[in-house]
Amino acid sequence: MIKENDLILRTTTTLIAFILFGFSIYLFLAGHSAPGGGFIGGLMTSAAILLMYMAYGLKAVSKILPINYQLLIPIGLTIALLTSIGSVFIGEPFLNQTFGYFDLPILGEKELATALLFDLGVYLTVVGVSLTIILTIANDQ
Amino acid sequence: MISNLAVLPIVIPMIAGILLAFFHKKIPLVRSLAKILTTTNTLVVLFIWLYVKENGAVILETGGWEAPYGIILVADLLSITLVLTTNIIGIAAVFYAPASLSKKQEEFYFYTFFFLLITGVSGAFITGDLFNLFVFFEVLLMASYALIVLGGGKVQLRESIKYVLINLFSSMLFVTAVAFLYSVVGTVNMAHIAERVQGVEQKGILTTIGILLFFVFGTKAALFPLYYWLPKPYTVPNPVVSALFGALLTKVGIYSILRVFTLIFIHDTDFTHTFFLWIAGLTLIFGVIGALSTNNIKLIVAYNIIPAVGFMLIGIAIFNETSLSGTVYYLIHDMIIKAALFLLVGAVVYLTGTTDLRKMKGLIHHYPLLGWLFFLSSFVLAGIPPFSGFIGKLQLLKGAFEEGEILIVIVGLLASLLILLSMIRIFIQAFWGEKDETVTVNKAAARRFTLPVVFLLFFSVFLGVGAELIFPSVEQIADYLMNPEIYIQSVLKE
Repeated sequence: MIKENDLILRTTTTLIAFILFGFSIYLFLAGHSAPGGGFIGGLMTSAAILLMYMAYGLKAVSKILPINYQLLIPIGLTIALLTSIGSVFIGEPFLNQTFGYFDLPILGEKELATALLFDLGVYLTVVGVSLTIILTIANDQ
Repeated sequence: MISNLAVLPIVIPMIAGILLAFFHKKIPLVRSLAKILTTTNTLVVLFIWLYVKENGAVILETGGWEAPYGIILVADLLSITLVLTTNIIGIAAVFYAPASLSKKQEEFYFYTFFFLLITGVSGAFITGDLFNLFVFFEVLLMASYALIVLGGGKVQLRESIKYVLINLFSSMLFVTAVAFLYSVVGTVNMAHIAERVQGVEQKGILTTIGILLFFVFGTKAALFPLYYWLPKPYTVPNPVVSALFGALLTKVGIYSILRVFTLIFIHDTDFTHTFFLWIAGLTLIFGVIGALSTNNIKLIVAYNIIPAVGFMLIGIAIFNETSLSGTVYYLIHDMIIKAALFLLVGAVVYLTGTTDLRKMKGLIHHYPLLGWLFFLSSFVLAGIPPFSGFIGKLQLLKGAFEEGEILIVIVGLLASLLILLSMIRIFIQAFWGEKDETVTVNKAAARRFTLPVVFLLFFSVFLGVGAELIFPSVEQIADYLMNPEIYIQSVLKE
C-alpha cells in the first residue's frame, strides 16, 4: 500500500486521523437521541484507521495498533447481546432499556442510558467487520 | 416474564455462535460445546412447544414497544413446531459434521455460521413483522453464503456466485414489495396489515403486491419457474451444509408463503390461489423430470426438493382445513427426510469417492445398514404407507378432492410414483448388484455417518406410525390458519 512520495498524505493524515477519531467518538456518544450512534461512529473510526494504513503502511500501523480485528467482531456481538438479554433477567421484555441522570466529575449532570452499551457492541462489531474485510482484500497477493 | 420465551430460540443459538467464534481453533472443545448447546436449545424449544400447545401463542413486544409500533415476536404453534423441527435437524447436523468436514473447514467458523443459520431460520419462523422477516432472511442468507463457500473449490465458488446473485436480487425485490405494501396500508406488522387490508378500497394493488411477494418467496422456495438456480449450488458444498440448506432454506420460503397467504392476502383467492395451483402442478412435473434426468446422486436428491415444495403449495392453493393440515404435515415431514437423505447421500459419496451412479455397485454387501436406511428413506420420501409422507399427501389430496380439483390429484400421484422411481434407481444401481471386491471398505467411517441418520429417520418413522399422537396438533394449526382473526386478536389485543 505504501507509495514512494507521499509526504502530503502523511502530513495531513496526522491531523485528519486525529480529527476523525475525535469526531467518531462524538458521533458515537451523540447517538440514541440525536443523529449518530454505534454504526456510524464505528464506520468513521475504521475510516480513520484505514487512512493511517494508507499513509504509513501495513507494518507500521499494525505495530502501533496491535488489534486483532477478527476478535473484535465476537466481542462486540457479545456486548450487544448481553445488554439486550440483561432485561430478561430482571423480568422485563427482551431488548428493553433504561436510563438515568448522574452527576459526573467535570462533565456535570449527564444522561446515561443502557442503549449506549448496546451501541458500544455495535461500534466494536462495525470496526471489526469493516477492517477485517478491507485488510483481507489489501493483504491478498 | 413469560413472553420472553418467544425470543429464546433466536437468542440461544446466537449466543452459541458468538461463543464458539472465540475459540474456533480448539476443535475438540468446539465440537463438544456445539453438541451440548444444540441439545440444550432443542430442549428449551421443546419446553416452549409444550407451553404454547397448552396456553396458546406466546407474544413478545421487544423493548416494551406496543403491538403495531414495535417489533413483535409471535411464537404460535405453527412457528414453534417448525423451530422444533429445525433444531432436531440441527442436532443431527452437529453430530454428523465432525465425520464429514475437514479440519480446516471446521476451524473456519463452521459451527459459528451453523448457529447463525439456525438463528436466522428460527427468527424467520417466529417474527410477526414483515420487515423483520426480511431481516431474518438476510441473517440466514449471510450465514448460508459463508457456509456455501466453506472449503472453497473452483466449482464451489462458481456455483456460489449464482446462489449469492439470485438471493441478492430476490432480497432487493422483497424490500421493494414491503415498501409498496407499507405505502398502501401504512404498517409492517403482519397482524396490523391483515386487519387493514380488509378496509382497502382498491384490492387490485394488493393482489399485485401479493404476487410480487409470492415471487420473492417462490425464488427462495424454488417454485416453477424460479427453481433453476437451486439444484447445482446445493450439491457443491459439504454434505452437512447441503443437508441444512435442503432441509431448512426452501422451507423458510414456503413457510412465508403459507403465513402471508393465509393471513394477509386472502381477499382475492379466486385469482391468487388458482394461480398457485398451476404453479404447484408445474413445479411437481418439472422437479420430477429433473430428478430422473441425471446420474449424479447428489443432484437427484437436490432435484427432489422441488416436487416436495410443489406438494406443499397444493395445500396452500386448495386453501381448506384438510389441505392446510396436509401442507403443515408435509412441511415437517419433508424437513426431516430431506436432511436425512442429503446426509445419506453424502455418506455414500464419501465412501465410494464418486457422485456418478454408474460407477457404483453392490454397496449393500459392504454397508448393509446404510443400504437399508437408504431404502427406508426412499419409501418415506415417496409416501408409502405407513410412513410420514403418506399422511401428508393423503391430507393434501383429500383436500383437493373436496374442492373437486381432480387434475392436481392425478399429477400429484404420478409425481409421487416418479419420485419413488428416481430414488429406487439409486438403490438398485448403487446398493444392489454384485459385490465389488476392489473397493476398500471403511466400516468405521460408515458407522459415524449412520448414527445421525438413524436419529432423523426415527423421527420420520414416528411421524408416520405415531400420526395418531401428532395429527391433532397439526389439525389445530390448520384450524388456526383458517381463522386469521385469532392471530390478529392475539397480537393486537383488541
